[in-house]
Amino acid sequence: MSFINYSSREINCKIVYYGPGLCGKTTNLQYIYNKTNPDLKGKMISLATETERTLFFDFLPLALGQIRGFKTRFHLYTVPGQVFYDASRKLILKGVDGVVFVADSQVERMEANIESLDNLRQNLGEQGYELDKISCVVQYNKRDLPNAADLNEMKRLLNPKGMPDFEACAPQGKGVFETLKAVARGVLRDLKQMSR
Amino acid sequence: MHDTQLVMYDEDFRKILAVTQRLVKDANAKGVFVVDRNGQLIGEAGEMRGIDTTSLASLTAGCIAATGGLAKIVGEEEFPVHFHQGARDNLHITLIAGRIILVVVFDERSSLGLVRLRVKKAGAQLARVFEEIQKKSEHGHGAGTPFAEITDEDIDNLFSV
Repeated sequence: MSFINYSSREINCKIVYYGPGLCGKTTNLQYIYNKTNPDLKGKMISLATETERTLFFDFLPLALGQIRGFKTRFHLYTVPGQVFYDASRKLILKGVDGVVFVADSQVERMEANIESLDNLRQNLGEQGYELDKISCVVQYNKRDLPNAADLNEMKRLLNPKGMPDFEACAPQGKGVFETLKAVARGVLRDLKQMSR
Repeated sequence: MHDTQLVMYDEDFRKILAVTQRLVKDANAKGVFVVDRNGQLIGEAGEMRGIDTTSLASLTAGCIAATGGLAKIVGEEEFPVHFHQGARDNLHITLIAGRIILVVVFDERSSLGLVRLRVKKAGAQLARVFEEIQKKSEHGHGAGTPFAEITDEDIDNLFSV
């Protein structure tokens, strides 16, 4: 749920990175954080376990620039990917404006990808959202790994409706900003649509 | 359909600011913050300028969300009041009208009893302001928002730099 503040002339939107455990959601945010001009970003918060697995969420506030005199700010969140953290995932999806589904390209993680996508659809549904109606971008991460699955097969399984999608290697940054831009663009277009 | 978009105009903001500034004085607080349940900072007052308010807002919302989840597990609808005691500073967090979070930071110059008392009054005032904002959003939804007239080009320009 976006927040338009006429007093400070700001628009705030919430984007959530979703996906199975260890697919690279936090790595996406870390890359964005490291490559963004310090004036445009806030502090990145990671609520993680001792082994650096996300426990509750990562959070990165990001300013993108101005539209018609309004500063646009995006709050990027990740969810914990591990199956048993479902209660936390539901909380973080509250008020979401756009979703990035990060898929792990490794063949042996395909079932986990499908399970996580079903979980996303269900958790969005519980809050009155529909995956097909919200701005969503699919990222096929870890394309550099030798055991990466065939891209067309991944598209068939995870993106049959043809949402915007990108190949990525998050630690090197490939596809990271392309994904972010696509989801941000989608969110802003949705806001425009809602304003009509 | 998801929550109504929150649109806040200058007059609403001034009302919120007036309530928070009064609360700082009445409760002898160091700082007062008003946060949307989804983690967006709406307003602040007090002597704590310069702290990372964006993170404060996001973490407060996370805290309220997590304890809300706990409440449901034990059969409560919500735990609307939280108190965190520190060595120097304390946090008093209240969920108002199920949607807005009021955060008061205070130290030894105040007391939990005083903060509780003043938050009750300020919370009721804030609830009324947000009820008005909600009504406006429902009726005039979208009219006059900066998005009504933006073009695809405006959006693309954001990413051209």
